[in-house]
Amino acid sequence: MNLDDALQTFIIEARELLEHMEEALLRIEQTPDDPDTLNAIFRAAHTIKGSAGIFGIDHIVSFTHVAESVLDKVRGAELRINSELVALFLSVCDHLGVLIGHVAEGRTPNPDVHQASSELADKLQAYLGPLSHCEAMAGPPVEHAGKAEPVAAEAVSGGVDSDNWHISLRFDRDVLKNGMDPLAFIRYLTTFGSVVHLVTLVDGVPALSEIDPEACYLGFEISYRSDANKAAIEGAFEFVRDDATIHILPPHSRISDYLRLIADLPKEELPLGEILVRCGTLTRAELDYARRQQAAAAEQPSPPIGEVLVENRLVRANVVAAALDKQKQVKEHKAAEGSLIRVNAEKLDEHINLIGELIIASAGTDLIARCANIPDLSEAAARLSRLVEEVRDSALTLRMVQIGATFNKFQRVVHDMSTELQKDIRLEISGAETELDKTVVERIGDPLTHLVRNSLDHGIEAAEVRVACGKPAQGTIRLNAYHDSGSIVIEVADDGGGLDKQRILNKAIERGLVTAEQSLSDDEIQNLIFEPGFSTAEQVSNLSGRGVGMDVVRRNITALRGSVDIESVAGIGTTMRIRLPLTLAIIDGFLVGVASSSFVVPLDTVVECIELSASEILAAQGRDQLDLRGELLPFIRLKELFDIAEPLPMANDPDDEECAADVRLPYGAPKTGVTLTAEGIAALSADPELAFILNPVMRENVVVVQYAGHRVGLVVESLMGEFQTVIRPLGEVFTGIEGISGFTILGSGHVALILDVPGLVRRVVVRDQQRYVAKVPGAAERGGRMPSMIE
Amino acid sequence: MQTTETRMVQHAARDGAIRESALETEQRQYLTFQLGEEIFAIDILTIREIIEYGYLTEVPMTPPCIRGVINLRGAVVPVVDLAVRFGRPVKGNSKRTCIVIVEIESAKGCQEMGVVVDAVNEVLGIPQADIEPAPEFGTRIRSDFVQEMGKINGKFVVILDVNRVLSLDEIAVVETMSRESVPQPA
Repeated sequence: MNLDDALQTFIIEARELLEHMEEALLRIEQTPDDPDTLNAIFRAAHTIKGSAGIFGIDHIVSFTHVAESVLDKVRGAELRINSELVALFLSVCDHLGVLIGHVAEGRTPNPDVHQASSELADKLQAYLGPLSHCEAMAGPPVEHAGKAEPVAAEAVSGGVDSDNWHISLRFDRDVLKNGMDPLAFIRYLTTFGSVVHLVTLVDGVPALSEIDPEACYLGFEISYRSDANKAAIEGAFEFVRDDATIHILPPHSRISDYLRLIADLPKEELPLGEILVRCGTLTRAELDYARRQQAAAAEQPSPPIGEVLVENRLVRANVVAAALDKQKQVKEHKAAEGSLIRVNAEKLDEHINLIGELIIASAGTDLIARCANIPDLSEAAARLSRLVEEVRDSALTLRMVQIGATFNKFQRVVHDMSTELQKDIRLEISGAETELDKTVVERIGDPLTHLVRNSLDHGIEAAEVRVACGKPAQGTIRLNAYHDSGSIVIEVADDGGGLDKQRILNKAIERGLVTAEQSLSDDEIQNLIFEPGFSTAEQVSNLSGRGVGMDVVRRNITALRGSVDIESVAGIGTTMRIRLPLTLAIIDGFLVGVASSSFVVPLDTVVECIELSASEILAAQGRDQLDLRGELLPFIRLKELFDIAEPLPMANDPDDEECAADVRLPYGAPKTGVTLTAEGIAALSADPELAFILNPVMRENVVVVQYAGHRVGLVVESLMGEFQTVIRPLGEVFTGIEGISGFTILGSGHVALILDVPGLVRRVVVRDQQRYVAKVPGAAERGGRMPSMIE
Repeated sequence: MQTTETRMVQHAARDGAIRESALETEQRQYLTFQLGEEIFAIDILTIREIIEYGYLTEVPMTPPCIRGVINLRGAVVPVVDLAVRFGRPVKGNSKRTCIVIVEIESAKGCQEMGVVVDAVNEVLGIPQADIEPAPEFGTRIRSDFVQEMGKINGKFVVILDVNRVLSLDEIAVVETMSRESVPQPA
């Protein structure tokens, strides 16, 4: 096996484990007694240590070892989890992340990192100190003295009647390859004790044809008599610890210890009886006896073996239940593992790109089929495009990931920051299962962090203030995600004091962002916080308040074709609402035509399409607005805004006509299948009804679009229907263009522009301001001064 | 700002082998094309392909020298009108109008771009001896667009520096085009 590949796997796994560990650490603060959580933490540390050992990354091994030892104490109920310990382990977690980062980059850690390692190790050692000292002493260790009493008390109820140690060994496959001889360890055991009974477990051995002679398939159950303490016995296996699963149970162990052993057994499916035999709870003879009983009762509906065992008082019922539980867990675990595959993200991207090409090709086929007028072909093409659409949808879901993992990272942010700010703040997460594109998830992390930090720092008030306002002392930050008409909405809400509008306004005036005479709406004032160089924090804390936050947040979100808006109620709290597209690669578009140009409006923004009738134009009195069922709807004339001219004439070219016709009907218009000749035009002018049917291009339509709560009309000439739009990025030349978010390729092979509605509106606002407002002196001030301040 | 020398080095680096053989014969290949009545030349090594002038999508709100975009086998490629870039009047297209696809250097690697020319003439080699450095003035185009002057059939033609002519810094639509005058909040 390529070691580099293996190392990569180690790094990926270690990072995942650290994530789990962090999650578990944050959870355990609330439920300090949950053994599952504690085990999860322990397992993560242990696995990292073990894998690091395989690669000989000694500094990670030694560092993790200390951490693991402390965890072991916690597991042994010798230490209690408290917030101090959790904080220490969180920093251990971070530090491990740093160490693994170094491994990933192939660097050896610098002295600073080593310094940090030893500092943390010292802190951990403080927990270990006295205990390890005891362990080092000869004779029964303190921990056993502590346990001895309950064992004695329980002897009647649950103690196993054996004064031997029970050692359970499971060697890993690679133990021989790593130069260890399992027998050597067992032989070493006999130097300070005697092996009373030894069971070799051979059911891991595969068929002879599949056997790898260099692999170790064996496990051992040993009944061992010795006066040595646990540490000494463990010491015997020091070298093989990473290559084997070792369980050592002291004499007179309680049933509960055996239960734990069952839970810790390697994840392989075993018959219930075997598990119990392996644990030493049952002897083989006892099991065989139970089996015979079961067989004897076979004529009647055969009772499960567990019941037989209990009936015969061979095993206690709770032990059986635990073993059964374990069997079930192993099965479930296997099922879950089987349903997941790790796929390289690049392969996935390649796949999505190909699907993009497929959509374009299928649109082309569809167009040809429509023109060809062969019913069978049209039908086949329609079937094809439906399938392609399904393939697209399923391909896009491949890239979808749940936002929960991103949200969970904020548990840590909130935990750390609330400690630092000395505020009591709780994080509530909802909608964690909402899915969105992986690229979006990756890029939304930073803006979200900014928003959460802002809420923590500025939003939530100090506890005294909260209590004085009649609110609970504990502040709440809520992260929520949900789907809303083709986009995903992420909310960061706090129950703090809300935005202080007067303070924002004062600050903005002070910073020269607005002038004192300007009258601004509440929305406008709130949006000022997104301006570059704006910050209301009275004091610059080290968390936020440098005034570089919110404008970057907005820019990052805009770069993802999203938007952000604020809803704030004084005294109740603030909600930041981020609206993002579900995916960055393919959207459902609505194709419209203006003169010879085609444009795609993202379908999820389209509310309805209406005809712009002559009476409405008249009623508007030249204004760009119309009455939409009693509501005022401002509209944008695309032709005018984009200054769309008729296509450039082809000079002195006999092919002229053909080209021009082609140009005029780029996509949907050929539906009618009519190319107008001179006679045709004459006929049309004679019969207006026919002209209406054959030439719908001539009338104007309004596409009503909605974005961030606003409604705007786009005046276009033709409506060409829905269109699966594969987004081509603007590229370097057009990056800065406002009002257009990308290109797409139509079925005809022509390029169409994808409209960005908010950008268009911004453009129109500017244009109107320059055109009309500039003449008023006061407004000229505003229109004229603003730009320099934004710059 | 690049000097002619560093550009030469880059060329040399990019096409080591060709350059080496070219050094022996002291001859490099150029594509000559027609723009109005004038003939220009471009180093063949920057040219990807030449295609017929087909359907082109205009992009609104862009500088006039950007004619629009075309679909080049699934990729969207911007097309620049060289005449406008040189400050000449816009002319209609003829049957011989072509789009020359060139590859220029950009911050993110390479960027393909189309150049509208009135007609392409031929690919020919110009011996090193027939190449003169760019004159300071008198070429009727911006002097930094001129890489060198080459002599073809006894006449001098301008060899264009494609990376200067199609400089992304100058052509690209600047973000602040409308923002710079946007009073926020709108």
